[in-house]
Amino acid sequence: MTKTRVLIVEDEPSIVESLSFILRQAGFDTEIAVDGTEALQRLRRQVYSALILDLMLPGISGFDVLRTVRAEKALETLPVIVLTAKGQAADRKAAEDIGATAFITKPFSNADVVAQVRQLTGN
Amino acid sequence: MLPVNLVVLVCLAYVAILFGVAFAGDRRARKDPTGWLSSPLVYTLSISIYCSSWTFFGSVGSAAKNGLEFLTIYLGPTIVFVGWWIFLRKLVTIGRIHHTTSIADFISARFGKSPALGALITILTLVAITPYIALQLKAITASFQVTTYPAGALVAASQRLEPDFVVAFWLAAGLCLFSIMFGVRNIDVNERHHGVIAAIAVEALVKLVAFLAVGIWVFATLSNAPDVMFRNAPVSLLNPEQGFGSRWVALCFLAGAAVICLPRQFQVTVVENSSDEQIRTASWMFPFYLFLMNLFVIPIAMAGLNYLPAGSDPDLFVLTLPMTNGQETIGLLAFIGGFSSATSMVIVSSIALSTMISNHIVMPVAMRFSLVPTGSGQSARNFILTARRMSIVFIIFLGFIYFWVSGTSDALASIGLISFCGLIQPLPSLVAGLYWQRATHRGALAGLAAGFLVWGYTLFLPSFEGAFLMSADVIENGPFGLTWLKPYALFGQDAYDPLVHALLWSMTVNIVLLVAVSLWREPTPLTRFQATLFIDVFRRQTERERGVIRRTARVADLRQIAGRILGPEETVRLFYLDGVGERAVIASDELLSLVETRLAAHVGAATARTLVSQVVTSETISVEELKRLAGEAEQIRAYSAELERKSRQVEATAAELAAANERLREIDVQKDEFLSQVSHEVRTPMTAIRSFSEILLTNRDLDEARKLHFLGIIQSESFRLTRLLDGILDLNVTEPGEQAWDMTVFDPEVAVEHAIATCEPLARAAGVRIRRGRRARHALVLGSQDRLAQVFINLISNAIKHNPNANPEVVVSSSIRANVTYEAKVADNGPGVAPMDRESIFRKFVRGAKAQQGGVGLGLAISRQIAERFGGELCIFDSKAGGAEFVVRLPLCTRDGAGSGHSTAV
Repeated sequence: MTKTRVLIVEDEPSIVESLSFILRQAGFDTEIAVDGTEALQRLRRQVYSALILDLMLPGISGFDVLRTVRAEKALETLPVIVLTAKGQAADRKAAEDIGATAFITKPFSNADVVAQVRQLTGN
Repeated sequence: MLPVNLVVLVCLAYVAILFGVAFAGDRRARKDPTGWLSSPLVYTLSISIYCSSWTFFGSVGSAAKNGLEFLTIYLGPTIVFVGWWIFLRKLVTIGRIHHTTSIADFISARFGKSPALGALITILTLVAITPYIALQLKAITASFQVTTYPAGALVAASQRLEPDFVVAFWLAAGLCLFSIMFGVRNIDVNERHHGVIAAIAVEALVKLVAFLAVGIWVFATLSNAPDVMFRNAPVSLLNPEQGFGSRWVALCFLAGAAVICLPRQFQVTVVENSSDEQIRTASWMFPFYLFLMNLFVIPIAMAGLNYLPAGSDPDLFVLTLPMTNGQETIGLLAFIGGFSSATSMVIVSSIALSTMISNHIVMPVAMRFSLVPTGSGQSARNFILTARRMSIVFIIFLGFIYFWVSGTSDALASIGLISFCGLIQPLPSLVAGLYWQRATHRGALAGLAAGFLVWGYTLFLPSFEGAFLMSADVIENGPFGLTWLKPYALFGQDAYDPLVHALLWSMTVNIVLLVAVSLWREPTPLTRFQATLFIDVFRRQTERERGVIRRTARVADLRQIAGRILGPEETVRLFYLDGVGERAVIASDELLSLVETRLAAHVGAATARTLVSQVVTSETISVEELKRLAGEAEQIRAYSAELERKSRQVEATAAELAAANERLREIDVQKDEFLSQVSHEVRTPMTAIRSFSEILLTNRDLDEARKLHFLGIIQSESFRLTRLLDGILDLNVTEPGEQAWDMTVFDPEVAVEHAIATCEPLARAAGVRIRRGRRARHALVLGSQDRLAQVFINLISNAIKHNPNANPEVVVSSSIRANVTYEAKVADNGPGVAPMDRESIFRKFVRGAKAQQGGVGLGLAISRQIAERFGGELCIFDSKAGGAEFVVRLPLCTRDGAGSGHSTAV
């Protein structure tokens, strides 16, 4: 059986590395995009079970990526876990309004991230 | 004709009766000052000296020549008296309260007791009134001659008689005697002249009866059918509507003003007044008297024109009509009537004027040159009385001389109105004095003098027709051929009758100067105080005594001064009975004012003030009192100015508050931005550290290489956190007033080289070339070398990080400018900074819109603060290569740390 594929969109190399490590260890297949443009390209080419999205991205912001994702028919129901460093109520509310499925606040607990992804992908 | 002896005898008898009346009046007044002598009837009759011989004979003459115009001379006064509560009541009340002695005294007192003003009005009045007195002498002389002409009245009526100056001389002498005997018995002008007033009242009745007798006789015996009677009437009488023009209005105004301003009218109306009741009755009774005096003017004039030979002098119709018709008794009565009119006018005028001369000219001059006897007893009083008596002789004989010199010409005929026009010049000052707080004595002086000069130039001098001072050529063509200065047509205004022209110009100049000069300078405190007393006379009577100027004097000195003028009896009364103890050594301001008021009743306000001032030992102006008296308007003005000032302050404060508020709001926004930045920057390394720590904790079986790699990430993220913390701490350190740095003198190039070396690895990694440009030689600055290096590291690393150019390059150059400034530049060929962001990038917590990597946006803010701390600056420009160029400027200094040039820093 093919592994469940998760796309990580994050520009901080150390965080990308830690997320990839724990998700792969938990049995997921991970792919990485370092900015919004690359993320959208990958999303259109491949089918993913979940998307982990950082809001503070260089170039196209996380919010814009999320908005584009929700605007596309094929991606309408894709579970999107938003990563935010700010953890502020305003940002969280704004992301919720445009279709974020779940939130993970930096710094996160590895176990929480894995549990969250498992729940959303049905594994 | 009547025998000369008979006429002289009748005259003497009549005068003897007047003496008797005057004597009885004085005696009665001493016993009972509130008796019938103070009755409104006597008061009103005394006011009727307005009807001089000019009226008695002249009205008929005027009617025969000019029709209804004579009425204006009575309409003006009628209006003034009927509307008495508007102006007269105030005038009379002030005169009574302030013991005014004359119009000169009144105006001088109002305008700060100015001696100059009193003297000026006195002189002007003397000039204007002399021809008027001459006119009276002429009238009596002429009527005497007509009555006693040997060839009969009919001949006398039709030919010009040479004036008999012998008659005129004895007449003048007799008038002097009477005036002196009854007018100058006492120097207290305010202790009224009851005897004279009684005699004047009798004379008023005599002239009224005489005129009515002539009128009734003419009406009863000489009247005929109207078409016959009006056969020779003047055109203006038959077409009265043509008479109403500017001259009509001017004459009404002139007469109305004269009934207030003529010295004799002011004397009987204001000075002799003792109650409001008198003026109230006079307000209707005086106009009624004038009405009776004018009732038969037209019938007499028409009869004269019909029954007397052509060429007869209409000014003598009153006399010649009965004389030529054999009615010698009525003729004699008419003569006595004219005699009454003339004598009463001369007597009161000379008394009024002698008071003015003695109080405003003789006394000030005498005091100036210490001519007033200072001995005890009555010597000073006698000096004043002598001055008055001599003044009377002087005034009457001045009139006589004038008559003598000009008597044979026609110049006298029209002198009545000309005289009026000169005598009413004090009117603007008088009115302003009663109603305008701001009027000053300078304004009054200027207006009066100028108005009088204009009167002299446009009316008085030309009336001599070239015989006196002004040549006929000047009258015709103007002085030096300047036609716009022609006396009868100033500035080409010749549309008017000369009288209207002169009245218009003199009043205009008078009023304009009065107002302009008054506004030009502030009134003196005393003027201000007097103004309030006069203007608010009905409101402030109880507060009168409270002065703006508080003076003190020794009681002994004050008593001596009072004794010299008031006499021992009144002085004792004043100092003991009026509640002033003998024990006091220093007189209070109240006592000083009391004495001054009493003295003013004798010698006028200005002289009284001068007298009292001689013994005043101290004088202080109460500012509080002055403020209180300055009037509500001024207080309100001051208050509103204050309000305005305060509201401006409030506005300024509000603006400051709004600006501060705005600034606070900005800072608050910046604080939020900063916190969110810090939060982000801290959370990112924290996330990595936490995540890898957990990985290491939960995966004990990881291979060594992996473990080491993860531990390496944790270590580098920890360093990142430390740098972040250092940045925040630096921000605090550079805030002014924080801990001091070690300031040394060093070469800034060392800091530049150190920064370039430090950034070299970063540049290599990013593929950016660092190029060195010009170098400053032997530069020395005062500051911290490490901190300056930090500034350059920040600038260079920014230039490396934010440069997406294909051939990224950073150029560092430095130079010395104008021998006082060290300047270093860090330029890149990146995208540059948008002009609108150039200032905001230096603010704390703000990063350039495109800046994404590294740093917390504190670097530039810190760098600028460091540069400023060293007395320099950090700014941004466009670089030649198209990117950003940061410039650091620092003041140079010498080795010992002294600044070179003015920009000593720190």
